[in-house]
Amino acid sequence: MSPQTTSQDLQTSDKPLGRDDLARMVAKDIAAGSFVNLGIGQPTLVSNYLLPEQNITLHTENGMLGMGPEAVGDEIDGDLINAGKIPVTELPGASYFHHADSFAIMRGGHLDICVLGAFQVSATGDLANWHTGAPDAIPAVGGAMDLATGAKDVFVMMTLLTRDGASKIVEACTYPLTGIGCVTRVYTDKAVFLTGPDGVSVRETFGCTLEELQDLVPVPLKAGPAVGL
Amino acid sequence: MLNFVDSVGEAVAGIEDGSTVMIGGFGNAGQPFELIDALMDCGATDLTVVNNNAGQGDQGLALLIKEGRVKKMICSFPRQSDSWHFDEKYKAGEIELELVPQGNLAERIRAAGAGIGGFFTPTGYGTMLAEGKETRIIDGRGQVFETPIHADVALIKALKADGKGNLVYRKTARNFGPIMAAAAKHTVVQVSEIVAAGGLDPENIVTPGIYVNSIVKVA
Repeated sequence: MSPQTTSQDLQTSDKPLGRDDLARMVAKDIAAGSFVNLGIGQPTLVSNYLLPEQNITLHTENGMLGMGPEAVGDEIDGDLINAGKIPVTELPGASYFHHADSFAIMRGGHLDICVLGAFQVSATGDLANWHTGAPDAIPAVGGAMDLATGAKDVFVMMTLLTRDGASKIVEACTYPLTGIGCVTRVYTDKAVFLTGPDGVSVRETFGCTLEELQDLVPVPLKAGPAVGL
Repeated sequence: MLNFVDSVGEAVAGIEDGSTVMIGGFGNAGQPFELIDALMDCGATDLTVVNNNAGQGDQGLALLIKEGRVKKMICSFPRQSDSWHFDEKYKAGEIELELVPQGNLAERIRAAGAGIGGFFTPTGYGTMLAEGKETRIIDGRGQVFETPIHADVALIKALKADGKGNLVYRKTARNFGPIMAAAAKHTVVQVSEIVAAGGLDPENIVTPGIYVNSIVKVA
């Protein structure tokens, strides 16, 4: 936390970030040499922006490290799919293992980063991303709870607001929880938030000032250290 | 005791009504479609099925569910764009669902095969899937007690078997196969190829033959 940080310093873009720009930013923030699991949906976009020199190893929970890009044409092999059941490829140095080993990799804290989508994230990093709680919804959890509790860092990618304009960063989640206090960072179209036991700080904003952001988000926001400081 | 059988029908012949059946596969990868079809034909009903999903489209497990042969599903992800047969039975209250986080599902299956009476895991702590379960704080983290999942029969798919029943798999089709093979009293495997004992490198065996009871080659 830097006392001289101003709202001006935090704004790094004059407009909100699109999905691809956000994915590019997440990719850039992943430390070289990391082992990473990218969740289904928006987080999958991150793989498009990982650079070879980052030497990132991707894990897929259905039993593989060293997953390559989506398979096309002759590369498609029904025995080689990702957690979203999309055909993928293997990179040199890939390995396969059974499901219990795959989740031991996760639960055992061996993954550096997991990137997930979310319905809501609380001020202290609780995550809700598996179930709307609607009475007629068929519940399906998959690996969501395992991913949320296992990785050293859990990054969330989402739009800040719902279609109805409600903030997805909330004081306490109203949707059923996926994990408690697990999210460390939230990438949204309007800002990057750092979450933890001490509440929420803002690393940078896109197309709004910290004050304008605070008007949208119902939890107290602190200015984090500006980018590059 | 290990048997090599000539048909998938023979391979599933002993499955009784009311059995708990583990079925390997994640999506279509590693799913033993021919064995599931044989289970359909053999007529066994009132089954509890353990699988990651609850059937897709109009084939395999989805058809077993459609025909009302499954009384309970133990799985992590029943809802998919093409899981209409499960959806219909569930909404009609005609099938029971035990929803388990995927890693807990895998570890509960592994625990059964390894003779473990249960384990504490952080996954699910504080969520509705831990309601009613014993919890403890271990190493500063909330953890939930989970019990093993045993089965009467496992139906799995591997790439090759040797004459001793040792198995190797292919890519992400391995998924639940090795742990289900160990967790069931009777394990039935469909393979693409059977080689003589010694035809697989012992260093590369994934499932040792001790866990395997029936093997059938499926073209």
